[in-house]
Amino acid sequence: MIQTLSYYLGFTFVQYALIAGLLISLCASLLGVTLVLKRYSMIGDALSHVAFGAMAIAAVCSFAPMAVTLPVTVIAAIVLLGVNSNSKIKGDAAIAMISVGALATGYLLMNVFSVSTNISGDVCTTLFGSTSILTLTKSDIILCTALAVVVILVFILFYNKIFAVTFDEGFAGATGTNTRLYNNIIAVVTAVVIVLAMNLVGALLVSALIIFPALTAMRVFKSFFSVIIGAAVISVGCSLIGLLVAIIYGTPVGSTIVVTDIAAFAVFSIIGKIKG
Amino acid sequence: MALIECNNLSLGYEGKPIVTGLGFEVNEGDYLCIIGENGSGKSTLMKALLGHKCVISGEITFDNSIDRKEIGYLPQQTVIQKDFPASVREIVLSGCLNGCGFKPFYSASQKKTATETMKKLGIDDLANRCYRELSGGQQQRVLLARALCATKKLLILDEPVAGLDPIVTQNLYSLIKEINQNGITVIMVSHDMNAALEHASHILHIGHTPLFFGKKEDYLKSDICKIFSVQGGDAL
Ligand SMILES: Nc1ncnc2c1ncn2[C@@H]1O[C@H](COP(=O)(O)OP(=O)(O)OP(=O)(O)O)[C@@H](O)[C@H]1O
Ligand SMILES: [Mg+2]
Repeated sequence: MIQTLSYYLGFTFVQYALIAGLLISLCASLLGVTLVLKRYSMIGDALSHVAFGAMAIAAVCSFAPMAVTLPVTVIAAIVLLGVNSNSKIKGDAAIAMISVGALATGYLLMNVFSVSTNISGDVCTTLFGSTSILTLTKSDIILCTALAVVVILVFILFYNKIFAVTFDEGFAGATGTNTRLYNNIIAVVTAVVIVLAMNLVGALLVSALIIFPALTAMRVFKSFFSVIIGAAVISVGCSLIGLLVAIIYGTPVGSTIVVTDIAAFAVFSIIGKIKG
Repeated sequence: MALIECNNLSLGYEGKPIVTGLGFEVNEGDYLCIIGENGSGKSTLMKALLGHKCVISGEITFDNSIDRKEIGYLPQQTVIQKDFPASVREIVLSGCLNGCGFKPFYSASQKKTATETMKKLGIDDLANRCYRELSGGQQQRVLLARALCATKKLLILDEPVAGLDPIVTQNLYSLIKEINQNGITVIMVSHDMNAALEHASHILHIGHTPLFFGKKEDYLKSDICKIFSVQGGDAL
């Protein structure tokens, strides 16, 4: 087992994939805490479906996937978060509509226009990630890493503002904080994280990567800062275990990581119960 | 010019007026107490002052010398999710955010302000506790400390003493008085007539139309004050 591992880890592309994967998990967990606390979990889910639809379009037109998914998802994020804060429109219905709409359109496009001989294989790969992070090209990996670093920097620089608009948007707005600006920053960063995370775990499992570490940390930790740090550590740890298991046993990367996240959630729930 | 001035102001929701014909002005250093029965529109007025869309007609003019970033605010009700993980210190510090501008982190002096404010309100020993596990009165004090941290020129309080014990209430009144004497303008909604009359410099009494606006001394002489007090102003 150790030998298989060290054999694979000898390849530079595996090392790069590991680094990119861990950075992506870190981003997803940082943002996940805010999304869960703002009650935006479903928006994350809808955005991942939008990203899937955009990916289908990119595949059909043979564009670079990221060049299409990133802008489309960013726009969808700003629209969705805007709709949600406008109480006049039924937020959850709009979200569900966009979510399934994008999924259906994406699948239809891939089915009708795809030139590939293995359509269901392609769809499955996009939805569940399979081993895609290990098959990314070097330039993709570099792009992922760069975006992940930018997301982490944005998060650190705006940490206090993100806390304020997450905890009590009304107060923050009343005392002169530009809540709309920071909500849009959160929206854009969310979109970027979702597109990144799709490379790691596939479109359908993105929300798991975002939500589970946050919920797991919230079982045990009680301040915002400790929840953030806890979620980051849990997420990176689970992804590392998941990636290594996937490499050794050849299991699909995305679902292996998510199952590890679920296991961590179960463990922390029990610890939380015992601690009271 | 007055810090805040409104003339013939009507407030309400979705086009339906709640208060009409409101006129008052607040000068720098004033301590204005707003009184009136439940549902008379006091909280609505506070929201309008903070820029929510409650104004139907008329206008609230702020002097150029005051910026939204210099206002501290304690809402009557704060809807915070039950399971939000946040420590008392994190919440109080977030009041300092409007003094940060584009700086990403809190300065040492802001952290000191937060610590001192917590001391003054007797919650320094709760600093690392989780907000959602505190009692109602303790939570109120935390939000009050946050409001005080956000204040540089104007402090707006909507029933700050609701749910506080008598000792903390007295401390709070003297703290607000002290803040006011340091040159910060205070606008407070209160049902505590005695305290309002004891501490405030001006009184605004609203019903569906404003019933009284003026200096405290004049209010004490007015009929409306007598009626309101006789009818159980103490209990209000
Ligand atoms: N968001 C809202 N939408 C519609 N009507 C509202 C809204 N908020 C308050 N009202 C109505 O406006 C009126 C005034 O409410 P407001 O909260 O300003 O009263 P108040 O003077 O602060 O009362 P209290 O002493 O109970 O705090 C009430 O009749 C209330 O029903
Ligand atoms: Mg009120």
